[in-house]
Amino acid sequence: MKPRLIRDFHFPARPEELAFGVCTDAGVLTTANSGWRVFRPVLDASKCIRCLFCWVYCPDGVIGKEEKDLTIDYDYCKGCGVCAHECPKKAISMVKEGE
Amino acid sequence: MTKTQKGKGRFLSGNEAAAEAVRLCGPQVIAAYPITPQTTLMEKLSEFVAAGEMSAPCKLLLVESEHSAMAAVMGAAMMGSRVFTATSSQGLLYMCEMLNYVSGSRFPVVMANANRGTATPWTIFGDQRDSFAMRDSGWIQFYVESGQEALDTILQAYRIAELPDVMLPVMVNIDGFTLPHTYDLVQVPEQKAVDAFLPAFKTFNKLSLEAPKCMSFAYGPDYHLESRCLQQKVFDEAVGVIERVDEEFYGLFGRRYHGLADTYRCEDAELVLAVTGSAAGTTRVVVDKLRAEGKKVGLIKVRCLRPFPAKFFASLNSPQNSCKVLGVLDRNISFGLEGGLYTDAKASMYRPGAKINTLGFVAGLGGHDVSKADIEVMFGKLANLAEGKPEEEHQFIGMRWA
Repeated sequence: MKPRLIRDFHFPARPEELAFGVCTDAGVLTTANSGWRVFRPVLDASKCIRCLFCWVYCPDGVIGKEEKDLTIDYDYCKGCGVCAHECPKKAISMVKEGE
Repeated sequence: MTKTQKGKGRFLSGNEAAAEAVRLCGPQVIAAYPITPQTTLMEKLSEFVAAGEMSAPCKLLLVESEHSAMAAVMGAAMMGSRVFTATSSQGLLYMCEMLNYVSGSRFPVVMANANRGTATPWTIFGDQRDSFAMRDSGWIQFYVESGQEALDTILQAYRIAELPDVMLPVMVNIDGFTLPHTYDLVQVPEQKAVDAFLPAFKTFNKLSLEAPKCMSFAYGPDYHLESRCLQQKVFDEAVGVIERVDEEFYGLFGRRYHGLADTYRCEDAELVLAVTGSAAGTTRVVVDKLRAEGKKVGLIKVRCLRPFPAKFFASLNSPQNSCKVLGVLDRNISFGLEGGLYTDAKASMYRPGAKINTLGFVAGLGGHDVSKADIEVMFGKLANLAEGKPEEEHQFIGMRWA
């Protein structure tokens, strides 16, 4: 689930779909960061108190707060772990990819 | 009255002529940091701004460095403003990082660079090592021969830069001190003629609350190559645009500069010298003198370094072309190889069994005068090679110790 501002990612199919220079409409990210990730953040919603520290601290804006439970956009999360570090309730754990 | 007499003839330095062009184009934001020999250009512009004589309301930003100057005009360009800055030498080198930001994001910034050598040895005097060092920054680069051409090229630069198919930044290089500080009669066009040539700048590539944009972002390894390919294609596109805009300019103002490269008395020339900037004027005089002596010599004035007139140089190698030996005068040097213009000219002409011989001359570094005698020496060396006499491929001309 993505934050509402971010549109679904798709790879440009033709040169015309590439951004004009490196500028384009807001809400379009050109490159999914998911491949950078070694550990992924996993939220335990039962521990979450919606303090939104993770939402504020996430450098890539991948935490969504539109739903009842917070969401994480795994296309753009690069696995830095800042959210898990900042969470006062230890509701986010970093789990190795593939496990 | 001929077309060239349109507008007012005024006695102006190259910097003042450039400032008149900027006044007529009416940028909304100018940011600059003073550096010799660009200083008098910015002084003149600050007078225009203070007196309310710019053709559009203009904010002059006094910034703390050239890096900030380019960052500031980029910010203004992000808001859809027409912008201007000017610099020289170390200032241009200091801007280097921002030059690449501006070009990759396709902001049509126009800049004048009053060419000056780069330290060390420290020098305030002219050569083109500053702008040649910025060759790969993704900017269109023009070199001009006179104050008039500086004025006209800045008018053309805005037109070219802001066309939706181009949207590239343009650097107009004005050989210091020869051009910026030398006074000559300059035709200053009337405002309404300029307005007819250069429409108000409108772009979709700007920030707005109604249509939010994401600007100057990253391309990861997955598309980076593709994005650079697009950037190259825009330069290919710009070749035709530069030629077309020059034609259009000729129709309105009666002066033309022939796109990427101009020629002088090359029709049947066997010995041809290619130059950039102010050396073209000196070379014209020498060509006339040698022609009067019956020698088949000609001049190529390279007006654009990027996009480079590669097709033009390739055409010199056609069997119909009279050129036998091409000399290239570089007021720059890439240490460890040769002058930059020479490298590009040779590469453009290369093919197996190419008929043309070439010589690369480096001269006029750090304000060292490129005299008529020096140009004659160069043509003499081209003649030697044409006659089968040996000549070193790379030579420094005009040195105290030959």
